[in-house]
Amino acid sequence: MSDYRPPLDDIRLVLAEISDLAAVCDLPGYQHVDPETVDGVLDELGRFVAEVVAPVNRIGDEEGCTVDDGVVTVPEAFGEAWDRFVEAGWGAISQDPDYGGGGFPGAVQTVMTELLATASRAWSMGPMLTVGALDALHTFADEGLKETYLPKMVSAVWSGTMNLTEPQAGSDVGALTTKAVPQDDGTYRIFGTKIFITFGEHELTENIIQLVLARTPDSPPGTKGISLFIVPKYLVGDDGSLGERNDYKCLSVEHKLGLHASPTCVLSYGDAGDGAVGYLIGEEHQGMRYMFKMMNNARLGVGVEGLAVSERALQQAADYAVERRQGRAIGGPAGEQAAIVEHADVRRMLLTMRAYTDAMRCLLYLNAATLDVAARHPDAEARQAAADRAELLTPISKAWCTDVGVEMASLGIQVHGGYGYIEETGAAQHWRDSRISPIYEGTNGIQAMDLVGRKLPMREGGVMADLLAEVGRFDAELAAAGDGFASIRSGLADALAAMEEATSWLVANGLADPNDAMAGSTPYLRMFGQLVGGWLLARLALGAQRRLDAGEGDAEFLATKVVAARFYAEQLLPVVRAQLGSVTAGKGDLFAVPAGSFSA
Amino acid sequence: MNVVVCVKQIPDPADPGALDPETRTLKRDVKLILDESDSYGVEMGLQLVDAAGEGEVRLVSMAPNNEVSGLRTALAMGAESAVLVSDEALAGSDALSTAKVLAAAIARCEPDLVLAATESSDGYTGTVPVQVAELMDLPSVTFGKEITVEGGTATVKRQTEAGYDEVECPLPCVVSVTAGVVEPRYPSFKGIMAAKNKPVEELDLAGLGIDPTTVGWAGARQEITEIAEAPAREAGEVIVDEGDAHERILAFLDDLKVL
Repeated sequence: MSDYRPPLDDIRLVLAEISDLAAVCDLPGYQHVDPETVDGVLDELGRFVAEVVAPVNRIGDEEGCTVDDGVVTVPEAFGEAWDRFVEAGWGAISQDPDYGGGGFPGAVQTVMTELLATASRAWSMGPMLTVGALDALHTFADEGLKETYLPKMVSAVWSGTMNLTEPQAGSDVGALTTKAVPQDDGTYRIFGTKIFITFGEHELTENIIQLVLARTPDSPPGTKGISLFIVPKYLVGDDGSLGERNDYKCLSVEHKLGLHASPTCVLSYGDAGDGAVGYLIGEEHQGMRYMFKMMNNARLGVGVEGLAVSERALQQAADYAVERRQGRAIGGPAGEQAAIVEHADVRRMLLTMRAYTDAMRCLLYLNAATLDVAARHPDAEARQAAADRAELLTPISKAWCTDVGVEMASLGIQVHGGYGYIEETGAAQHWRDSRISPIYEGTNGIQAMDLVGRKLPMREGGVMADLLAEVGRFDAELAAAGDGFASIRSGLADALAAMEEATSWLVANGLADPNDAMAGSTPYLRMFGQLVGGWLLARLALGAQRRLDAGEGDAEFLATKVVAARFYAEQLLPVVRAQLGSVTAGKGDLFAVPAGSFSA
Repeated sequence: MNVVVCVKQIPDPADPGALDPETRTLKRDVKLILDESDSYGVEMGLQLVDAAGEGEVRLVSMAPNNEVSGLRTALAMGAESAVLVSDEALAGSDALSTAKVLAAAIARCEPDLVLAATESSDGYTGTVPVQVAELMDLPSVTFGKEITVEGGTATVKRQTEAGYDEVECPLPCVVSVTAGVVEPRYPSFKGIMAAKNKPVEELDLAGLGIDPTTVGWAGARQEITEIAEAPAREAGEVIVDEGDAHERILAFLDDLKVL
């Protein structure tokens, strides 16, 4: 195991060059924040996660969590880290100042998500879910509920959850059957069973605020009949004091491939008789609409997990490659074992990890800043353009980053050779922890369908066309940057042409038979992510080169960014064209095989 | 209860530092951070002020430039204000020069108690706290691991090789604090935001009434005559057990005088 080092130089460079943090801080409501303040905050936050959160990662994996008669126990170290998190008040960073928050931009929240998730994926699930629940409450709940619940959730004294899934209602949320029965006093009684509830039960916080999707009597079928409720673990009195235990219970926690210390709970509501007391958020039957509103942030957050696991796997693999000595380096002294980092193929793996990690950070931080602009820009047109852009980027932030994250965690194991397969080394944990991210918050297959079915048709394809045109216009900047950027230029041009061809094919054929478009949606998403990653990495490299030319900053660090962009353009960007045939193959062969023959 | 804590901003020990071959001193033109060994004094000061229910922690620091990022860390922990003495003439200051400057800056604060680390993590001379006490004509207690204050008297548990001495001492006094004796708090998010607006008074030598020829290179009473590469770590000795390994290990440790 190697210690986690917060990559603050990388984070700052991307915030400055890609997110345009200074412009984000100029948006209305963020004027109390400036890049210098963010710098200072990141120094301390980085120290906090490295010293307090990162050490619990391994412990959590080894100890896991248990349930005994409804009481869930997580590793003691998780509780200590949580208490320190509350003391330091980090949960408040981007929340509404009216409820005790720091009012920082979402872009900075995204950095925090990265730092926490890289330090410990399992532990970070608690704060992440709390922020998700907070977002929903803040946006849709009435003032009374907000005053009761928000301040304690902002401070992370209480945690929050999202209760969507039921055994028969996974990706198809509309199939859920949990009931909400209205009472004379305006509250509801909740009955039903929810599964896969992250941090659904634990003793880390005084109270747990469950957000539960349920159906009121006579509601329309499907997603149109779903409402959203607050169900606190302990009922909260008018004076804020905690009262009776609500009527729900944790029946079990799942045994998972990874994230062992993040309790994934089965929660049963209303078993004791009268039902769990719930409070309606917003209006009846609007639950699914509310969920959709939350989705961009939630999916962005999961995308960050792909980055986080990749960063951690890279740090560990790089440390190992410098220390582990095996084989003679070509041209090295006879009889002397070289550090494996001297072997070309190990370098290929490390540089692949470096380039993808940087590219993911660029995409995610850009997406986050774009959401800030969409929420706060004074000009309505600019808000709409940013909102559209964020909608388009969200599926690749979520799916491309989490797919690549799993690949990078796997490469991290590969760098370790046989020791990577041994749990004590710690590399295997990153891969196990990474594997859920392509699944939850809308599987990556659903993200691909979202990209092709919902996002591509936005403004008759105009939103996608605008982005591709912007990538095309960037060619002029690369041309002006000289020979060092020539291969980046040609790589991007070829990838862009392939992407345009695939997009035209989907637009031409998708309407006639949607299954033709859906059949190619996953390779199309990969193309898109891979292209945007290369474009942003090239922008980052241009920024790094400008700083180098001006003699600013750490020359070795900046030069690495230029190398990483070139390596990506020459060796990873060709993936875009390679996917073209898969996108345009259509549904033909996929449906040529009878369904029954798969299992025959 | 007003406590002054002496703090030093040093190059980040996580980055390999370099010595300037010409001046034979540490290159300090990089980003400076709060010396971790000072964070114990800051924490102790904050706890003492908390216990007293009144007063504040004030920081006093000296730097050749006007770097404040390390001070902001201590302000974010909860100190109320800082005094930073910076002057080009301070470059090359030895321990005594440093003590002169700190003593002059501390005197302006009229504290009840002065806390300092036992030694800095970049210089390790370990002499400044007692020099400050002498210059200010205050009692000095070294190696403090626990301090309580009651009615104008500080009771200090003073770390020794055998255990600790309990020392009573009238206020005001200077106590040097051993690293690791308290757990320094992490600056909270709100603390960091508040620290942005906390006052940092910047003074130069003229402002303190110190003659520039008595400090820095000009006034140095010590000289670094030579610097050398640290010797590479030598290979360890492998003791193969032939029935007498325990005796040989004991003899080895005895040679090192650790038994």
